[in-house]
Amino acid sequence: MAEMIEMKERTKRETVQMKEQPPSERIHNFKEVPLGYTKEEAIYEAQRCLQCKNPTCMRGCPAEINIPAFIRYIVEEDFAKAYLTILETDALPAVTGRVCPQEEQCQKECVLNKRGKPIAIGRLERFVADWARENGIHGIKDKRSRKTMKVAIVGSGPAGLTCAADLAKTGYQVTLFEALHKPGGVLVYGIPEFRLPKSIVEYEVDEIEQLGVKLICNQVIGATKSIEDLKDEFDAIFLSNGAGAPRFMDIPGENMNDVYSANEFLTRSNLMKAYLFPEHDTPIKIRQRAATIGAGNVAMDSARTALRLGAEKSYIIYRRSRAEVPARAEEVHHAEEEGIIFHFLTLPVRILGDKEGRVTGMECIKMELGEPDQSGRRSPIPIENSNFVLEVDMVIDAIGTMANPIVARSAEGVEVNQWGYFKIDQRTKMTTCEGIFAGGDIVRGSATVISAVGDGKIAARSIDDYLSSGKSLKKLII
Amino acid sequence: MWIEAPEIAKTVQPGQFIILMTKEKGERIPLTVADYDRKEGLVHIVFQVVGKTTDELSCFQEGDCLYSFTGPLGRKSEIDFYGTVVVVGGGTGIACIHPIARSLKEAGNKVIAIIGARSKELIIMEKELKVVSDELIITTDDGSYGRKGFVTHALKEKLDQDPSIKKIWTIGPPIMMKVTTELTKLYPVDTIVSLNTIMVDGTGMCGSCRVSIGEETKFVCTDGPEFDGQLVNWDEFMHRIYRYREEEKESWQDFKNKNECRCKEN
Ligand SMILES: Cc1cc2nc3c(=O)[nH]c(=O)nc-3n(C[C@H](O)[C@H](O)[C@H](O)COP(=O)(O)OP(=O)(O)OC[C@H]3O[C@@H](n4cnc5c(N)ncnc54)[C@H](O)[C@@H]3O)c2cc1C
Ligand SMILES: Cc1cc2nc3c(=O)[nH]c(=O)nc-3n(C[C@H](O)[C@H](O)[C@H](O)COP(=O)(O)OP(=O)(O)OC[C@H]3O[C@@H](n4cnc5c(N)ncnc54)[C@H](O)[C@@H]3O)c2cc1C
Ligand code: SF4
Ligand code: SF4
Ligand code: FES
Repeated sequence: MAEMIEMKERTKRETVQMKEQPPSERIHNFKEVPLGYTKEEAIYEAQRCLQCKNPTCMRGCPAEINIPAFIRYIVEEDFAKAYLTILETDALPAVTGRVCPQEEQCQKECVLNKRGKPIAIGRLERFVADWARENGIHGIKDKRSRKTMKVAIVGSGPAGLTCAADLAKTGYQVTLFEALHKPGGVLVYGIPEFRLPKSIVEYEVDEIEQLGVKLICNQVIGATKSIEDLKDEFDAIFLSNGAGAPRFMDIPGENMNDVYSANEFLTRSNLMKAYLFPEHDTPIKIRQRAATIGAGNVAMDSARTALRLGAEKSYIIYRRSRAEVPARAEEVHHAEEEGIIFHFLTLPVRILGDKEGRVTGMECIKMELGEPDQSGRRSPIPIENSNFVLEVDMVIDAIGTMANPIVARSAEGVEVNQWGYFKIDQRTKMTTCEGIFAGGDIVRGSATVISAVGDGKIAARSIDDYLSSGKSLKKLII
Repeated sequence: MWIEAPEIAKTVQPGQFIILMTKEKGERIPLTVADYDRKEGLVHIVFQVVGKTTDELSCFQEGDCLYSFTGPLGRKSEIDFYGTVVVVGGGTGIACIHPIARSLKEAGNKVIAIIGARSKELIIMEKELKVVSDELIITTDDGSYGRKGFVTHALKEKLDQDPSIKKIWTIGPPIMMKVTTELTKLYPVDTIVSLNTIMVDGTGMCGSCRVSIGEETKFVCTDGPEFDGQLVNWDEFMHRIYRYREEEKESWQDFKNKNECRCKEN
């Protein structure tokens, strides 16, 4: 068993960096980029934790993980207990440990952040989850008697999965409906294999099913069944169908053959495994020069995927400057290392093509930053007569997504705002229809995995309160 | 091919489609619901073997399970009382117009059905269509059955004869739909087409199925699949449906080489 070390020593130590696949190698494969901590590295990092009496780090974790406790177990080399501690509140630890923007969450609140050396909480979480998976450690199956009340959850992204796990642990009968043939939402169709291996998502979803959650794929709520149908069958409903509709720029040439939405490009590659074509049947086109428009996480993922699929040049086109890039710093850093070429202060105005509908170039205009707008960011203004043509032969639109109206259309009495997102009571996550709750991207717009997890947890608690007080959707109908 | 899918059979409407996968590594392909039996919980699909997935599907036998079967997707046909209507079907499109013709008939319309194919063996559902139409015209390209020629020839004659025709549904190969809309542009009729773009999810998530309808971009899976044929940008549509032609060829060839098909094993 490793030792707790002296306080002075703890603050002196540097953060343990995580090893990564070298850029020159990884651009030719879809394997994970960061390789994870070894046991020794994890312990060495865990020893730095001050075990604060008032652990501020926990304030930054919507998954409500008992951070000092699990870190302490790592130091004690009781990785199984560390895992169970995390699992008590977070059903997706290998996922959150990888894709949570920790620097904005728990690590931002860690006291050691003052010295610029916050504990690498996400990496430790990832280590514990991976260790447990590899060593066959499972969560405790609930032995308590099942309640008779039934809850329907629409959409199996992180919000839905979390809500399902928490409700199942409380004893409810949970049915999780998913439109696609595989569960996981953005975790399986959006985030690439090299950042989040799909086998890991599959494993954690399996564990959630083991809690007694009934998962039904290939069911589009609003098409196969309506919300009204669910009301007849279930006592409460949680809507977590994400904000999955792609947005386009509305510029000429956008419907040409080699223009993709990031959703289509990533879905083909991740969910349908087009990178393994023809072993997997779904094709994807790759041209020599790919331009991805936008600079969020989704854009980084698209540009890096294009590179791995064989594009010789992969560009990021962004209308603001480097300072405004919304993607996580780590992702931008990875993209740069891999040779992604950034064009800042550049706005596409037209996609050019040939008679066969193939892209031959993209006309762009240069931008400059003007006065700060309402969001506080300086707004980009086109510079007159600065148009130029970028030679590209494929374009990926990664400028954001919006609400898909299929679910809302079939849900009477559930109000949406002007953008089609469900209106909710912030405290309980209840929509304008009693007994129906909502959370994740379909409430927030494109947000993060961890905020979806947080919403799922709060909703599960509210649903428990609602049902425990003797209410039910079924009673509303009668 | 009849598929057991009680939940879909319960709610599906004419004009809608499903998406299926034959296996986990398969592609998601859309097929129109050609008929349904709500009581028995069955959905009917009719397809033409044009590539790997449809080839594989044709080997499925009674009792086999598809990996995934999702629907009903898309909007239903706008069935109403219009007076006299014509439904035009080509190839597997013949199957797709059958439930539409039936509903139009039930809504009190006079239904003229025109169906066509390359040759006699490809003419399907003749009996079924006879029952739900007031007049059935059959054409074959080679003259081996019915009239020799294209469906558009028969349609032109009808339009010239009968000015009471208000609305036309035309479903079949893209080129047939395009030519039909070019013809009907000259008449005071609405022409509805059903677009078979390349899809992935079929729920409005990816935009693979997008087409230009007039000035707007629409998603075939959620805004369609039926549109006003006069507004469709046919050139763009035809380019987009052939965008994976090389890969499709490779995939089918690979499939044939490996001889993966189960019916060839027996
Ligand atoms: C490429 C990409 C990279 C990202 N990277 C990060 C990152 O690094 N870190 C981070 O924190 N966040 C990241 N995000 C954002 C994050 O993934 C989302 O905020 C999060 O997944 C939202 O979770 P959710 O549960 O609300 O919805 P989703 O994950 O979108 O899941 C919704 C699910 O509902 C299903 N569904 C939709 N409609 C229906 C229906 N009618 N019936 C049944 N099911 C339906 C969908 O198929 C889907 O499975 C990324 C997003 C993308 C697209
Ligand atoms: C709404 C809709 C309804 C349809 N209904 C029918 C029907 O009732 N009967 C029928 O025979 N066909 C129908 N199709 C076309 C059918 O989906 C394609 O024939 C099928 O996908 C071919 O797959 P494949 O692997 O056998 O051939 P592939 O080799 O993959 O492709 C052959 C051709 O099929 C088209 N195609 C390929 N992949 C897709 C895809 N994922 N989605 C759509 N089209 C694709 C392309 O135009 C391609 O040139 C419909 C298409 C749509 C969009
Ligand atoms: S889930 Fe995210 S916020 Fe919570 S401890 Fe893990 S990395 Fe930090
Ligand atoms: S705030 Fe930082 S040092 Fe303190 S308990 Fe949390 S992780 Fe450890
Ligand atoms: S098929 Fe994906 S949006 Fe229509």
